[in-house]
Amino acid sequence: MTEPIQLLDADGRTVETDANAEWRELADQLTTDDRLAMHGEMLRTRRFDIEAGHLQRQGKLGLWVPSLGQEGAQVGAAWAAREQDTLFPSYREHLLALHRGVDMLQIIDTFRGARHGGWNPLEMRGMRIYSLVIATHALHATGYAMGIRLDGTCGTGRPEADEAVMAFYGDGAASQGDASEGLVFAASYEAPIVFFVQNNKWAISVPSHRQSRFPLHERARGFGVAAAWVDGNDPLASFAVTRRMLDEARQGRPGYVEADTYRMGAHTTSDDPTRYRTSEEEESWRRRDPIARLAAHLRELGVDDAALAEQDQQATDLAADMRRRTLEAESAVSDDIFDFVYSEPHPLMEEQKQALAEFEASFGGDA
Amino acid sequence: MSDTVTMPLAKALNSALREAMRADEKVLLMGEDIGPLGGVFRITDGLHAEFGGDRVLDTPLAESGIIGTAIGLAMRGYRPVVEIQFDGFVYPGFDQIVSQLAKMTARHRGAVAMPVVIRIPYGGHIGAVEHHQESPEAYFAHTAGLRVVSPSTANDAHWMLREAIASDDPVIFLEPKAKYWSKGEVLPEPTAGLHRSVIARSGTDVTLIGHGAMVHVLLQAAEIAEHEGTSCEVVDLRSLSPIDWAPLVESAQRTGRVVVAQEAPGHVSVGSEIAATVAERAFYSLEAPVLRVSGFDAPFPPAQLEDVYLPDADRVLAAVDRAMAY
Repeated sequence: MTEPIQLLDADGRTVETDANAEWRELADQLTTDDRLAMHGEMLRTRRFDIEAGHLQRQGKLGLWVPSLGQEGAQVGAAWAAREQDTLFPSYREHLLALHRGVDMLQIIDTFRGARHGGWNPLEMRGMRIYSLVIATHALHATGYAMGIRLDGTCGTGRPEADEAVMAFYGDGAASQGDASEGLVFAASYEAPIVFFVQNNKWAISVPSHRQSRFPLHERARGFGVAAAWVDGNDPLASFAVTRRMLDEARQGRPGYVEADTYRMGAHTTSDDPTRYRTSEEEESWRRRDPIARLAAHLRELGVDDAALAEQDQQATDLAADMRRRTLEAESAVSDDIFDFVYSEPHPLMEEQKQALAEFEASFGGDA
Repeated sequence: MSDTVTMPLAKALNSALREAMRADEKVLLMGEDIGPLGGVFRITDGLHAEFGGDRVLDTPLAESGIIGTAIGLAMRGYRPVVEIQFDGFVYPGFDQIVSQLAKMTARHRGAVAMPVVIRIPYGGHIGAVEHHQESPEAYFAHTAGLRVVSPSTANDAHWMLREAIASDDPVIFLEPKAKYWSKGEVLPEPTAGLHRSVIARSGTDVTLIGHGAMVHVLLQAAEIAEHEGTSCEVVDLRSLSPIDWAPLVESAQRTGRVVVAQEAPGHVSVGSEIAATVAERAFYSLEAPVLRVSGFDAPFPPAQLEDVYLPDADRVLAAVDRAMAY
């Protein structure tokens, strides 16, 4: 592959080539309403993301991790995954979390220091919690997929029922040993998994060519894992390619999608991209913004500006609601330190919890 | 086990795995060379033949991969029992153990259990090359979220492994490989819980505390001391995290003198924690400071020097003499 698979160009115009015919056919599964809904999810994520950044700057969050610019890759993956699929995110997959029903405040909880994992994945339609140590969850996802295979809930030839797993990480994580070991195990056990790698060009300050001198999707092939390269800022292409790779994976053929995208914001609110990249580079990617691209495509399909404006207003309202609830949210309590460390009773936890309670009580009721 | 049977410690582990797998189809074994070969120590001998490759997984040679995928399998409802080939080979999987396995339940606020057992043959006395004779227990005992145990007898090997597999928490199961071929009785029922320490020999003058293969050195030292007129009580720790303090402290209160011994280096070790806690809790009963006998704070030496490095009965008895001299 010399170029990533693309169905919409940077201006939202349909790209029709012989090479992308099979992908266009897959994308045709998406109705105009679907595409409008995808646009709404991207806008909602963007407004949430910007508002969370403001909250961090106002001292309400300890840290924020923006996903600005990566909404297109994520919305394609979100819609490609079938309801029975399980998703293992890194920490920047806000759109995927919201798509699966995670409350914005549950994402915020991690970053305001209230809890490590924001939600119970067993109640969140297969959305696992964020994982902060780069690429470690590639192995958890692979093991989970091995379990699906052992359970016999994949490989029956019925894509609407067979289960699969997605692991999300980036170009920086691709250098970690766990990313490679995930590929080794996935291939060895023919696990129903797709590794969805958002190559956003920067691992904090280090450019992707320092992580790999060789295209990441080509690297996956060396492990015996089928791979595809997609324009990650093209939501339709991301959907089509991921849907195909997932349906292959659920038949026991693991896959790897490298989504070509760009981290338009900082790595986190602690980062300063002006120290390592140019404004010209940022500007060139702003012109490829996935939200503007899908909006242009929707207009071409005849969706009127009022519908898009309504989505914008809804997204803005949701973000404002998130702000209000964040400011009202309760703080963590001391017992949280001890209560969940072990599943079964543990004498040290009981002793120390009691000792802390007694120590706190020793200051009297007004403390 | 339906009757009391005498067997080597290795066989007691093997029978525990077999019984656990028969009792619960969610129990899986994962590790390097554990399939048709039966593991380099043959602990999984015959299990691949009985249960097949979907339950006895010969894995790629990658410890982080093994432990990381075991975590994913546990999320899926399985109960993986991982074999690490040798103590010194666990470190490529260290991050998956201490940052993932140990913290996963807390990270999920209790919603996700991690019933994963990591079996590690550990310790010296086998004359092996570098990385094959280490005692890494302090790293794991220091890590919240893990349980760490080490049996010293065939009976404990069998029943503690059964209990470890039944636990919903991750258990680091340290097997004293030097004792794999030592025979002992395996009883029809467990006699102590997974995290109980037990009195292995009663005595009145000095309490000797240890775990794993060291318990046998302590029993030998106690036998020699008896002939020299000193009565030693030996406590088999069995569990290194959590530690069952009551039997240790009560013994210290009876004897007033304590020696704690281990193969591991002494600096910031399990022995250090025992010395500190016994001193705290039995302070008014002690006639002497709690003394530690450990491997040296140097890398495990080449095999020709292992007998110099590893505490033997003489080094334990020297500490007993020092304790008695106070």
